Amino acid sequence: MDIIVCIKQVPDTASLHTLKINPKTNTLMRDTAPAIINPFDENAIEEGIRLKEKYAGEVTVLSMGPPQVEKALRDALAMGADNAILLSDRSFAGADTLATSYTLAEAIKKIGKFDLILFGKQAIDGDTAQVGPGVAECLGLPQITYVRKIEIENGKLRAERTLEDSFELVEAELPAVITVTKEINTPRYPSLKGIMKSKKAQITIWSLKEMSIDSDRVGLEGSSTQVIRIFTPEMRSKGEILQGTSEDVVDTLINKLRERKVL
Amino acid sequence: MENIKVILEKCTGCKLCVKACLFNAIEMVDKKAVIKDNCNLCGACVEACKSQAIQISKKSAESRLSGRGSEEKDLSAYKGVWVFAEQREGKVIPVTYELLGEGRKLASLLQEELSAILLGDKLDGVPSELIACGADKVYFASDPLLSHYRNEFYTKVIVDMISQYKPEIFLIGATTTGRSLAPRIAARIKTGLTADCTGLDIDTEKKILLQTRPAFGGNIMATIISPNHRPQMATVRPRVMKRCAKQDSRNGEVINVKPQLSGEGALTEILKVIKVEEKVVDLQEADIIVSGGRGLGRAENFSIIRELAEVLGGAVGASRATVDAGWIPSYHQVGQTGKTVGPKLYIACGISGAVQHLVGMQNSETIVAINKDPNAPIFNVATYGIVGDLFEIVPLLTKKLKINGVRS
Repeated sequence: MDIIVCIKQVPDTASLHTLKINPKTNTLMRDTAPAIINPFDENAIEEGIRLKEKYAGEVTVLSMGPPQVEKALRDALAMGADNAILLSDRSFAGADTLATSYTLAEAIKKIGKFDLILFGKQAIDGDTAQVGPGVAECLGLPQITYVRKIEIENGKLRAERTLEDSFELVEAELPAVITVTKEINTPRYPSLKGIMKSKKAQITIWSLKEMSIDSDRVGLEGSSTQVIRIFTPEMRSKGEILQGTSEDVVDTLINKLRERKVL
Repeated sequence: MENIKVILEKCTGCKLCVKACLFNAIEMVDKKAVIKDNCNLCGACVEACKSQAIQISKKSAESRLSGRGSEEKDLSAYKGVWVFAEQREGKVIPVTYELLGEGRKLASLLQEELSAILLGDKLDGVPSELIACGADKVYFASDPLLSHYRNEFYTKVIVDMISQYKPEIFLIGATTTGRSLAPRIAARIKTGLTADCTGLDIDTEKKILLQTRPAFGGNIMATIISPNHRPQMATVRPRVMKRCAKQDSRNGEVINVKPQLSGEGALTEILKVIKVEEKVVDLQEADIIVSGGRGLGRAENFSIIRELAEVLGGAVGASRATVDAGWIPSYHQVGQTGKTVGPKLYIACGISGAVQHLVGMQNSETIVAINKDPNAPIFNVATYGIVGDLFEIVPLLTKKLKINGVRS
């Protein structure tokens, strides 16, 4: 069973604990956010490795981005992925989800041999959740999103898909595209051996030329959407801190909530 | 980088762009900004620069205007605002009414019609309900294969409708269904799609949709346009837009669309649907939410959150840290990657208030924060803050409400 896991390197925005605004310019002051593998993609990598361990085959991690993304791919290799491919070309920069989906799908066609494509449910920087379904569409494959459990039986895939208030048990023929939630597994830590191996591993890099694809459909040029403005969100204003002993503050709180007719 | 450039004469070397860049992609060389190869063209620096010294441009934009892009569609053929009327088990879900409210506003600004797109089976009475809630037209595709959302069938039927009737704008609720369906439609018809919008408006001069959404965990907001493609598609976050008042006397037209489907086109099969048994999980509908965070220390301590929620008749929420730690299932999670909620009362216990959590709950009417750290950012958004030990305060609050009754 050959599996392709699409991953994204993201700034660890969740580590930004406080929002600091430059009062003069009203722009975001950034604590240096470290670059990490998108957390949901770690679950996708883990699931790929587990399926490989069960059914044999190879796990290929695929990403698009600048050369620095090699670090994320090496981390995935250290966890136990077998191959890594990075789509890197200046013309890929500024891609929206449509252009990204096209580029990844073309790379997957070039890889050629696969039974399953895994994604994290969304990336924590863009939070769009659009690239998994976008790739599935470009390849004409079935998609199952927000999956918390995967089983393979007689060449068919069964997945538990998480909805707002229920779960669906969905069946699909392989190959298929799956996006996973955090509940599907707990990603492993890389072994020492894995880390040593990943350091020496060869990472395949494909540029626009090597992929021989339509340059009008990648990067900023291939994007249908354009960002025209970036700004800092307005936060609501600060209220009051209730003072006194625990007894006092709890009584005050109940009274205030009743006055506001919240209770 | 070809698409971004620094105009050296205008650059003052102030470094505002360096600070604004989330990717560390700008460095200063000889007191001038230099864009590195890892630039993502996100535009944060363009906005930050006080001297208009950074420009992002598309080289194809000009060539398109000069007529090169022969594949470009005639955009003026696309008219009207569409909203997807999502139904589950025959019942229209709340975000649909919010989309109708917002769609009404956009349609008025454009002086065009608002239509609802309804797919399902045996939905008598639903089209007239959608008209009463703001739709001028309802495009209704009825087929047993459409009774429950299945991506391949929904995509096909909607894409066929779009190519026939050509809407200018198409809004879909950012639910699990909407966020799976919309990107598939957009990729098939190769149009732009903006995810999880929290603000929509019309640039009345250019007649284009302005789509505003949070990004980077809610740390920044971005306004996005899709100027050269139609329809302009967006998914819209639930519990953000306002419904419009229901008027049973409103008139509208129902257009029955005959779906071209066969069961052989199925790529997936839904074997069964399992309801979550716990009854208090629907956070997005709850009037009161009591949420627990890392301050609880361990899974068992969620019991004090549950007890307070029970006394108040509310739902239990959770921060990302507690879900990540496995203390509570993820459908309780409030925040950017969890659920966006807007209850009358939100009580945050032991939650420090990372930005990604705040964006998910700051629309609550009243927020109470209980935390032992007086500097916790949650206090910046709290209506009432209590600096103290949650293990003392929360049970005491539960006890007093139990003894004296919740209502005065």
